[in-house]
Amino acid sequence: MTFAPGQTVGPFFHLGLPFEGGNLLVPAGHPEAVRLHGRVVDGEGAAVPDALIELWQADSTGRVPRETGSFHRDGFTFTGWGRAQTDGDGHYWFSTLIPGPARPGRRPFFALTVFARGLTDRLFTRAYLPGDEPDALLGGLPPDRRATLITTREPRGLLFDIHLQGEGETVFLSYPRQAR
Amino acid sequence: MTTQADIQREIDDLRGSGGPQPRRDYPPYRSSVLRHPTRDLCQADPEGVELWAPCFGPADIDDAESDLTIQRSGEPLGERIVVTGRVLDGDGRPVRHQLVEIWQANASGRYWHQRDQHPAPLDPNFVGAGRCLTDGDGVYTFQTIKPGAYPWRNHVNAWRPAHIHFSLFGTDFTQRLVTQMYFPGDPLFDLDPIYQSITDARARDMLVASYDHSVTKPEFSLGYRWDIVLSGTHRTPLEEP
Repeated sequence: MTFAPGQTVGPFFHLGLPFEGGNLLVPAGHPEAVRLHGRVVDGEGAAVPDALIELWQADSTGRVPRETGSFHRDGFTFTGWGRAQTDGDGHYWFSTLIPGPARPGRRPFFALTVFARGLTDRLFTRAYLPGDEPDALLGGLPPDRRATLITTREPRGLLFDIHLQGEGETVFLSYPRQAR
Repeated sequence: MTTQADIQREIDDLRGSGGPQPRRDYPPYRSSVLRHPTRDLCQADPEGVELWAPCFGPADIDDAESDLTIQRSGEPLGERIVVTGRVLDGDGRPVRHQLVEIWQANASGRYWHQRDQHPAPLDPNFVGAGRCLTDGDGVYTFQTIKPGAYPWRNHVNAWRPAHIHFSLFGTDFTQRLVTQMYFPGDPLFDLDPIYQSITDARARDMLVASYDHSVTKPEFSLGYRWDIVLSGTHRTPLEEP
């Protein structure tokens, strides 16, 4: 069965997709809150001010959240999902929790989807926590490519820049049941 | 200055060159030139959260959000339409109780967005964003206004065919889709580098809704049907979150 092709989100997605509190998976004042953030840049290193990042992640124990309520957060329920638009400097940020591993001994990661004007289709990637756990995807990449998938630890968070093209181009993913 | 004739030559040169998904590298769409990855995508085996999609429910969405014609104090201008269809996964199963979001221009081809400088009138009674959850059969329904075509600055005299932006989720993360729904018989299809970034004609056709008289409501609104097939799921029935 063929499936529907994607199309760019275009320049006016702010009308339909971002929402109040979309980037606050936990309130920024939560005792375990960390900031996952970074810049989205193009092939010349210029900021991409019209990108949208979606974050989907496990909770701090590694459990996949099945709770609804992302659009009207109550400040207590962790839904594991959020949306952040980039600002004029191409910067996005989320207030969230450090995800736990999918299974013991696995390297935890944030699953990210990237949309932008000029991107004809969405892109998937993973933002891994720094660590030593073996990982099949990371292990199969040369060191310079691998580095694009690993967040940098900061005092109160994790930095993850997204390079759409060129030097330091982020590794973007496809999955077996997609056309390409 | 790039003319439509220049763009047309580029579009023609790339016809049939990609698969059923849009080409990420598609120079006729000028904004894509510096924004597409040049390296091949890396194939990953989905694990953990990638095998699941986020959950949305009645707490997230009010039923009225699927009617874009009642969001302001008065009636919007334009041709009232209903757009309905089913969301299916790559194995033909309905995607139940999942989020569908749309946004669009008004009947004059103007978006409710500060960066839209097209000098067509804003409609104080039409914002142009809506959302709903699919029902138990995977069916979504929106009441809205037929959007107008509008100019953009990709090249001289560039115009987008009328379209509604759709954002869809499946049952696993990998099925995420943002696309655009078009109206049948639009004369701008062949001229539009965004639509033509899907270089396979049959795949492009999947984005065009059908007029459906059974959806049309007597003396009220015209009806369009558009079914959406997402990619396949990777989860086996026994997997637990």
